[in-house]
Amino acid sequence: MSHVNKASQIKEISGVNPLKCMKCGKCSASCPSFNEMDIKPHQFVSYVQNGDIESLVNSKSLWKCLSCFACLERCPRDVKPAKLIDAARQLVVREKGATYLSPDEVPELLDEDLPQQLLVSAFRRYRR
Amino acid sequence: MQRIGVFVCHCGSNIAATVDVKKVAEMALLEPGVVHAEDYQYMCSEAGQAKIQAAIKEKNLTGIVVCSCSPRMHENTFRSAAEKAGLNPYMVEIANIREHCSWIHKNVEEATEKAVILARAAIAKVNLNAPLKPGESLVTKRALVIGGGIAGIQTALDIADAGYEVDIVEKTPSIGGRMSQLDKTFPTLDCSACILTPKMVEAAAHEKITIYTYSEVEKVSGFVGDFTVDIRKKARFVDAGKCTGCGVCQEKCPSKKSLSEFNRGLNTRSAIYTPFAQAIPNVPVIDTEACIKMKTGKCGICSKVCQAGAIDYEQKDEILTQKYGAIVVATGFDTIKLDNYDEYAYNQSKDVITSLELERVMNAAGPTKGHLERLSDGKHPKEMVFIQCVGSRCSDGRGKSYCSKICCMYTAKHAMLIRDKYPDVNVTVFYIDVRTPGKNFDEFYRRAVEDYGVNYIKGQVGKVIPQPDGKLLVQGVDLLDNKQILKEADMVVLATAIEPNPDVRKIATMLTASIDTNNFLTESHAKLRPVESPTAGVFLSGVCQGPKDIPETVAQAGAAAVKAIGLLAKDKLMTNPCTAKADELMCNGCSTCANVCPYGAITYEEKEVNDHGIRETRRIAVVNSALCQGCGACTVTCPSGAMDLQGFSNRQIIAEVDAICR
Repeated sequence: MSHVNKASQIKEISGVNPLKCMKCGKCSASCPSFNEMDIKPHQFVSYVQNGDIESLVNSKSLWKCLSCFACLERCPRDVKPAKLIDAARQLVVREKGATYLSPDEVPELLDEDLPQQLLVSAFRRYRR
Repeated sequence: MQRIGVFVCHCGSNIAATVDVKKVAEMALLEPGVVHAEDYQYMCSEAGQAKIQAAIKEKNLTGIVVCSCSPRMHENTFRSAAEKAGLNPYMVEIANIREHCSWIHKNVEEATEKAVILARAAIAKVNLNAPLKPGESLVTKRALVIGGGIAGIQTALDIADAGYEVDIVEKTPSIGGRMSQLDKTFPTLDCSACILTPKMVEAAAHEKITIYTYSEVEKVSGFVGDFTVDIRKKARFVDAGKCTGCGVCQEKCPSKKSLSEFNRGLNTRSAIYTPFAQAIPNVPVIDTEACIKMKTGKCGICSKVCQAGAIDYEQKDEILTQKYGAIVVATGFDTIKLDNYDEYAYNQSKDVITSLELERVMNAAGPTKGHLERLSDGKHPKEMVFIQCVGSRCSDGRGKSYCSKICCMYTAKHAMLIRDKYPDVNVTVFYIDVRTPGKNFDEFYRRAVEDYGVNYIKGQVGKVIPQPDGKLLVQGVDLLDNKQILKEADMVVLATAIEPNPDVRKIATMLTASIDTNNFLTESHAKLRPVESPTAGVFLSGVCQGPKDIPETVAQAGAAAVKAIGLLAKDKLMTNPCTAKADELMCNGCSTCANVCPYGAITYEEKEVNDHGIRETRRIAVVNSALCQGCGACTVTCPSGAMDLQGFSNRQIIAEVDAICR
C-alpha cells in the first residue's frame, strides 16, 4: 500500500476523471463555503490532476466542504468536485493507521441497541 | 477462370509503416486466379493508376483487387481507371487495409497477417464477380428546399438563378426564419431585417421559385434525380388569392391572448395573424386553437370586416404531390428549453431572458418597441449580467455537449449595443472561454471590452436568486481573481444553447438521411463533402448540419445550391447495378421480400416457368432495378433463398468468409 499513487487512489474512490474539467468555475460559483476555503473547489480538480495530494489533505477546505453537492449537481462536465473532496477525506481517514477501538473497551460500550456491524467497523484498521 | 491482378498501396507511410506491403503482394500471388501482384507508394496517383492500367492490358486481367484505403475514398477512382483500360468497373474490388488494418493496429506482424487475409477475401470475391452494367434514370429538373430561413432562401435563390425551378416548403406562415427575429447582425451591426427582407422579396418575386408557407413535407419516396414528395398545405382559412394584406382582420379580431411565436412569447397576438409586418406572403392564418369562431361557432368578425371576402372558415388542408431531382434540407434551429437549469431562475423571473428574447426586446417591432426595459415592471435596467454557455459544452446530460458557436459573438454584440445606446447601464459577461475565430470577429469582441467598457469575467454563475425587491442576486466566480462574486442585477441574459429544429428527425427519417446523436444531419464527408448527405440527392444547408452564424450559413447555402445544380444539370444518372434479382425457379411468391423493401421496388407477376421440364404459371417476385437501392433487406429475408444481390451475391459473401476463415 505504501507507494500506491495517491492521486490515482482519489480518482478510483471518487470515480471522477479530472481531465474532463473545462475550468468553467461553476463549482466555485455555486459553493456556499467558498470564502472559508483555502483551496477553492475548482482548484481541487487541478490539485488531483497535478498529483499534489499532500496540499489537498492538509488544506482547510477538506473539512470546510459541507457536502451540499451543489457543485456536483451543476457541474456541466460530470467532474463533481464534491466527490473528489470526499475521496480525499477518505484517504486521510484510511491513512491514519490508527486503531480506533481496543478490545478492552468493548464490554463497557456494549448495550443491546448497539449494532454489531458498528463494532466490526470500529475494529477495522487502515494500516500502511 | 479469372486472371486477377493485385495492387498493394503503401499510402506513403499510412499503410507501409504498419503493414509489410511486399509480403502482402507475395502472399497474394499464391491465391487462385492471381496472375499479377505489385506494390506502389501511391496507387491512387496518376502513376499508380497507370501501373494498374498497364497490367490489365499486358496480362489480360479479368479482375483486380486494390489493397488500399476505404472504398468510400477511392473505389470510384480505381473503377474508372480500370474502365479506361477496358475492364468492367465492377470487376474491381477494394481490400481496405488502411482504416480496417494499418490505422488501428500497431504490431507489424499481426497487421500484415490481417492485410493478407483481407486481400485473400477480396480475391475470393473477384473470382466470382461478373461484369455488371449500370442502368440509367432520368433527372427531374426541379429542386425542393425544406425550410424558408436564410439558408433555404439563399439556396433557393442560387438554384433558381441557375435556371432551375425551386420550391420552398416552410412550416410557419412566413419565410424569414430565425434571422427575421434578430435585431442587428455581427460583426458589422447592420440591421437584420434590412438585409434579409430584400432577399425574402427577391425569392417571392423570382419566376423560378414557388413558396409554400404554412406547409410541411409529409411523405418522400423515390431516389436521387426522381423524388416524389407529398406536401401538406395546412389550411390558412384565408384565401391567398383574394387577401390584400390590409391587416384589418388582425386589428378587429377579439381574441388577442395567444402568445406571439415571433416575439418568443413575450407578448400576444390575435387569433388571425401574420407573424410580423414584413411577412411573406402577407397573408394571415387563423390559429384554430385561439379562434372564437372555430371554438364556439360565434364571432366571425374577421369575415365581416374583410373587404376582399378572403376569409374561408371551411378551408381544408391540401396535399400537393410534386416530383423533384434534388432535395435541400435547411430546417434550422431553435434554442433549447431551460427546464433543466433551475439555478438561473429562468422560469421564476421575467427578467431572466434568453439572448433570442433579448433580440426581440431590442427590436423596434418587438414587445417593448425597442426600449431596453425589464419585462416584469418596465423599468430601465442599470445592471445587466450575461451568462455564457448556458446548456452548451455540457456533457452531464442536462444540455448539449457541443459549443453553440454563435453565442460569444452575439453576446459581444448585445453588450456593445446596450453600452452604446444606454451608457448608464453596466454590462457584465461571465464566460468560460471567449471563442471568436472569424474575419473581424476577435476585433469585434475586443471593441466591446476596450471601447465600450463591457466587464468580462472569466468564470461561471452558480445561481441567480430573485430578490423580494425585484432585483436578481447573481452568485458567480471570478477565476482569475479567485473570488466569489455576489452581484445585484436588474436583468440576466442567458446565452442559451441552440439545437436543430426538433422536426428534423421526422424529415431525416423520410429522406433516409443520417443524423447524429445531437440531431444534426450528417454530412457525407466532414471535410471533402460537407454539404452532401450520404443519401444521394439530399443536400444540407445551414444549422441543420451544425451550429453556424449567418455568413457561414449563406456560404454553405450557396455550396448546397451548387451541388444541387450539378445534379439537376444532368439529363440522366447512372443507376447502381448492384440491385436485387429473384431466381424464378426458387421464388415461391410469398411476398416476404416485398413487405421488407423500403423502396417499394418489388412487385409480383404471374409468369410461366420451366422447372426441370415442368411448365407451370407461378407468382414470382420482380425487382424494379430503377427503384432498388441494393440494401439487401430482401436477400436476407427470403425464406427460399431466391433473392440475391448482384455484385454481392450470397455465394460471393460466403466465399469471402471462407477465405478469411481458411
